[in-house]
Amino acid sequence: MNEFIEFIKSNLELMYILILAIFIGVEVIKNIPAVLHTPLMSGANALSGVVIVGAILVMLHAEPSNYIALSLGFIAVVLGIINVVGGFAVTNRMLQMFKKKKK
Amino acid sequence: MNITLSIIYLIATITFVIGLKLLGHPETAKKGNLIAASGMGLAIIGTIFLHNLEVSNLVYGLIGAAILIGSIIGWVISVKVAMTKMPELVSLFNGFGGASAALIGIVEFGSNLGNTTQMITIIAAIVIGSITFSGSMIAWAKLNGTMWKDIRLPKYNLINNVFFIGILVFSAYIVTSNTDSNFIVYLLLLAGLVYGVLFVIPIGGADMPVVISLLNSLTGIAAAITGILYGNMVMLVGGILVGSAGLILTFAMCVAMNRSLASVIFGAFGGAEAAAAVGTGKTGGTVKKTTASDAAVMMNYSDKVIIVPGYGLAVAQAQHVIHELEELLTKKGVEVSYAIHPVAGRMPGHMNVLLAESNVDYDKLVDMDDINPQFKNTDVVFVVGANDVVNPAAHNDPSSPIYGMPILDVENAKSIIINKRTMNPGYAGIENELFFNQKTSMLFGDAKAAIQELLTELKGM
Repeated sequence: MNEFIEFIKSNLELMYILILAIFIGVEVIKNIPAVLHTPLMSGANALSGVVIVGAILVMLHAEPSNYIALSLGFIAVVLGIINVVGGFAVTNRMLQMFKKKKK
Repeated sequence: MNITLSIIYLIATITFVIGLKLLGHPETAKKGNLIAASGMGLAIIGTIFLHNLEVSNLVYGLIGAAILIGSIIGWVISVKVAMTKMPELVSLFNGFGGASAALIGIVEFGSNLGNTTQMITIIAAIVIGSITFSGSMIAWAKLNGTMWKDIRLPKYNLINNVFFIGILVFSAYIVTSNTDSNFIVYLLLLAGLVYGVLFVIPIGGADMPVVISLLNSLTGIAAAITGILYGNMVMLVGGILVGSAGLILTFAMCVAMNRSLASVIFGAFGGAEAAAAVGTGKTGGTVKKTTASDAAVMMNYSDKVIIVPGYGLAVAQAQHVIHELEELLTKKGVEVSYAIHPVAGRMPGHMNVLLAESNVDYDKLVDMDDINPQFKNTDVVFVVGANDVVNPAAHNDPSSPIYGMPILDVENAKSIIINKRTMNPGYAGIENELFFNQKTSMLFGDAKAAIQELLTELKGM
């Protein structure tokens, strides 16, 4: 229990951000028309590729001699950037089609 | 941390919120996507170059190579993929994000021994990351048709839950024991991967979009957890946004299908029970078959036709020919519109994307609530590859698994033409009494071929 209180104490700011971010996420997405569910899912998916920032940090912090960290980090960066680039690009492609057509 | 980098992260975080907000409106969606994407690009570039670390050229080279390779792969996939394959793609990309988080956890494990908070985040990243990775891969295989069957172990719910609790206990053990054994971490990774598989294999294909959305949300949470690990706000906020947005979307989809999240995950829907229900003949009666020429005549001499596109249309890639049919009928003076059920296609909103791809006028796509009152003034409803979303059992059979689901009231139309490949029931595995309705005639065959035939007949009239 003490540890838990200690954890809350030392991470209080984090808690605030966490909770507020949850509310923002909910509020922003609420009442979105079903038309946009597919692009939205794909766009949010691209956003979750933000994990690549962590993957880059792994590589930056790794010793050049630490081959395991470097290669795992390498794979993580490749996968992360596929998620980001592919996700945003395909969302864009989808939304391009929604443009109002001239008759 | 470098102050410039902090500011960049702050800007990126704001672009995420604004981008997500703009993505929610049809007019601004494209801009929103671009804004979020540029924020992401900024955050990535900033992370690489703005730090106070001694980094060798080798590492820089490797990072550059990884980003180049991944960007090319991601770009090529996104340009090449067919719009009908959208659910598969989201699932695939999502799995990659999860794998990335799990790998980060594995690497960081060794360097954070003894710090309980860090350890919890690392273990959580490994577990959630690996579950989303293998779960997404299974979802991908299922949607792709590579793996069709829903595999259900006996008492799979019990097995899954026990397995999950096992993972939690194991995780708690790792955190408290302060072990530095790499073997144990790989074991945890393996356990997460196995659970992801167990979690998704029993779930039916119709529920797969809900599962993808849920996994998407989990990837966001994994990203947020890694954000806590590094004290990195852009990861934390970005991840949480995706996490909570994903959950809202998941619930929205469940509502559209009249399913609770619990019944999707633990559901006894489709699969074995449904197979038993098929052919019991509860809705028996005669099915009236029709030919392309008869159907063409009916459409040709009607004033108002409503097209109800469904999953079968997407599978048959018939979105282009249906548009031709609509144009031809319009030219002949028939009023044509499309009735779009919220879950038409293979995931919510998917049908809109497909029809937009084949240049169907946006105004012709009518939402369920707006089109339902129109059916009674409609001469012909043409149902293409849709089944459960037009099943009247949702209104009048309390014992039906889809009872209460909002549907398109096509039975109010003067006549109904249904295109299906066979008499097999839809995804949900439920018989549809609409097929036996007096007003219904069935036009059997592959959607694309059948519509093509209709077109030829109509052109000759």
